Amino acid sequence: MEELNKKIMLVDDDPDFIEPIKMLLESHNYTVKTANSEEGAIKLLETYKPDLAVLDLMMDNFDSGFILSHKLKKLYPDTLVIIATGVAKETGFRFSSDSKYGENWTNADLIMDKGIRPDQILKEIKKLFKE
Amino acid sequence: MKNIRLLIVDDDPRMRESCSMLLESLQIRLPWLEDDYQFRITEAGTAEEAQTVIDNDGADMMLLDQLLPGLQGTDLLEYVSSQEMDIQTIMITGNASLDTAVNATRNGAAEILLKPFTPDELRTSITKTAKYQILQRIVAKLDEERKKTRFEFIRVLSHELKSPLAAVTGYLNIMKNKTIGNDLNTYIPSIDRSILRLDGMKRLISDMLDLTRIESGIKARTIEEYSLTEIVSEMVEGVRQQAEERKIKIYTEIPDFKITVDRVDIEIILTNLLTNAVKYNNEGGEIRLTAHSIGKALKIQCKDTGIGMTEEETDRLFKEFTRIRNEKTKNILGNGLGLSILKKVITLYNGEVNVESKFGEGTEFTVILPGIIT
Repeated sequence: MEELNKKIMLVDDDPDFIEPIKMLLESHNYTVKTANSEEGAIKLLETYKPDLAVLDLMMDNFDSGFILSHKLKKLYPDTLVIIATGVAKETGFRFSSDSKYGENWTNADLIMDKGIRPDQILKEIKKLFKE
Repeated sequence: MKNIRLLIVDDDPRMRESCSMLLESLQIRLPWLEDDYQFRITEAGTAEEAQTVIDNDGADMMLLDQLLPGLQGTDLLEYVSSQEMDIQTIMITGNASLDTAVNATRNGAAEILLKPFTPDELRTSITKTAKYQILQRIVAKLDEERKKTRFEFIRVLSHELKSPLAAVTGYLNIMKNKTIGNDLNTYIPSIDRSILRLDGMKRLISDMLDLTRIESGIKARTIEEYSLTEIVSEMVEGVRQQAEERKIKIYTEIPDFKITVDRVDIEIILTNLLTNAVKYNNEGGEIRLTAHSIGKALKIQCKDTGIGMTEEETDRLFKEFTRIRNEKTKNILGNGLGLSILKKVITLYNGEVNVESKFGEGTEFTVILPGIIT
């Protein structure tokens, strides 16, 4: 049965931001692997092909999430990407994957605010997986 | 050399020419500024012509004759003040009528120069006004920078406070929803992480208070004589447990100096050096803390066998909220205030701090505090 589990990758430079999400997702029978930097994520992707990735926007670089999203989609075009960002609140910037423009530009399937709770993330993931 | 754009407005070409000649070689010097200032002069024969110059190129100062064909000097002055332009103006007037003087001052003329005037009178008047203009601009710039720094500080601070809150909230939600079952024991790692993040937050708040107290000069300091060995052994004791957990050995070589300091200051310096040496060390590493005297100055060196830093990282080290982020530091908690506090305390003693580091090999901090050994 193990093989059938959907694979998820969580990337954030704050290990405590992803740990509760990891716990929740694992309790829903997802396989979860994590990385704490852009560099770490790229390394992980060499051996791990996730069905979905949740990426923090600002890590090693202020646009790490976008860079990773771009590289991931090139490597595994089928992998779904969620970018989590606290940027909107801090800078007043607004990103969105809703508009055609936003989608093309960020390459992500969903962009959400970092204030979101783990169970809301789970809901969004289920929606993207059409579960 | 920096330029001050000076506009000379007079209908008499000989007057403009002689003023230009006098002022071209004049240099304005403020003893505490690196650059001297000199004038870049433009001339205008009428107020209308001057207005075009101001509108197109702007000006920093104006030497303005009152009596002009067409629009008068005071008219131009009125225009400048109505447009809220920052042009310091010296008004030249032939008739020392009170009305003209009052009118000119009301519209913001900095000085009034009576005809006929000597070259010295012109130079004095111009120098005084130019210095005022330079100072005013510096103050405005500093004020702008202060506002920006403050905003940046609060922005970063709120981010640093929000991260642990988000982490703890995340863990609490996991517990509330019993995500991984009913056994409390399975949640212990989450509880431990939460406590760790809250401790970090507490530490950040007290560090921040230290920092602002030191900066504002409000921090009450009592300078007394202490034994260096005693303070050091207490501080080493403070990090002992943390070090032993990771099998790090601490060696000290501290002569029994008597030092005259504020105890809290010296504690801040030593704890910062020691906790960094522990935090950024490798398991089983070493820390060597030594002290020497150079005359009455105390030289403290703290050397570790830790993860070290690259040159580029070393350069950024003492800035507020700077944390070196890489794969090796990702699990080390810190708020990036420790070393900026250390540096500020050392500055109180006119001391200095230097750092030498090799990536992957270790770091050595050297602190020199002049005149504290008794």
